[in-house]
Amino acid sequence: MSVPVEYYMVLSGLVFIIGLVGVLVRKNLIIILLSIELMLNATNINFVAFSSHFGNLAGQVFVFFALTVAAAEVAVGLAIIIALYRHHASINVDDFRLLKW
Amino acid sequence: MATFVFLYFATVIVTAASLVVVLRNPIYSALSLLVMFFHVAGLYVTLHAEFLAAIQIIVYAGAILVLYLFVVMLLNVKREERYNQQGTVALFLGVVLLTEAVLLAVSRSFAVATPDPGPEGAAKAVGNTESIGEVLYSTYLFPFEIASLILLVAMIGAVILSKKGIMESK
Repeated sequence: MSVPVEYYMVLSGLVFIIGLVGVLVRKNLIIILLSIELMLNATNINFVAFSSHFGNLAGQVFVFFALTVAAAEVAVGLAIIIALYRHHASINVDDFRLLKW
Repeated sequence: MATFVFLYFATVIVTAASLVVVLRNPIYSALSLLVMFFHVAGLYVTLHAEFLAAIQIIVYAGAILVLYLFVVMLLNVKREERYNQQGTVALFLGVVLLTEAVLLAVSRSFAVATPDPGPEGAAKAVGNTESIGEVLYSTYLFPFEIASLILLVAMIGAVILSKKGIMESK
């Protein structure tokens, strides 16, 4: 408990910003999904830090649920990527403009 | 000493996270994410969340990342140009969020409330697998069931989506 919880908040914010920039900047769909994982991990760090800070287990339980959602997101996202690759032979986000106005 | 350990983990986490975004080859990005997951698990251990550290390594590094690597190898994409045209938007958003975080960190207005001591036993049991299980199966039983439903939906969705001929039948 000697590390102040603000440090964890700064670390979590940095990782979240890196993930956000990655989602917006990269073209490769797989890297975009990896960046989403970065953002989920940033929130998890915050949850665990506050759980330890307040001595309350609810934060760790929520990390458990976030992990479940991350696993589901990865399964569906990778299935979508494979289906897209089968159709277009590309995973470049710029190639998918069917819904673009 | 604890601060030193935290600084080591934080530096490696931030560096590996940046490498995930910057590196050109998706395999290297995934491996860099693996390094980051292990250090996040180390951070959990220093926070007395040992169960979550084990789960982080088993589920994230063991299952999710292997799935990523499997897809990267399966698709075998050629190298392509990395960045798209949204660079200015991304830069803008990143700078805005960063300044916001710095302002919040500098101003003391967000100072976290110090925890009330509470019952000594509860604070001592944090991170224990048994106490997590007790909370999960009593207070959070309904969200737990919802999580199982989410997993079922994801499983069905993944099977349907990766079936052959789903995209051809327009």
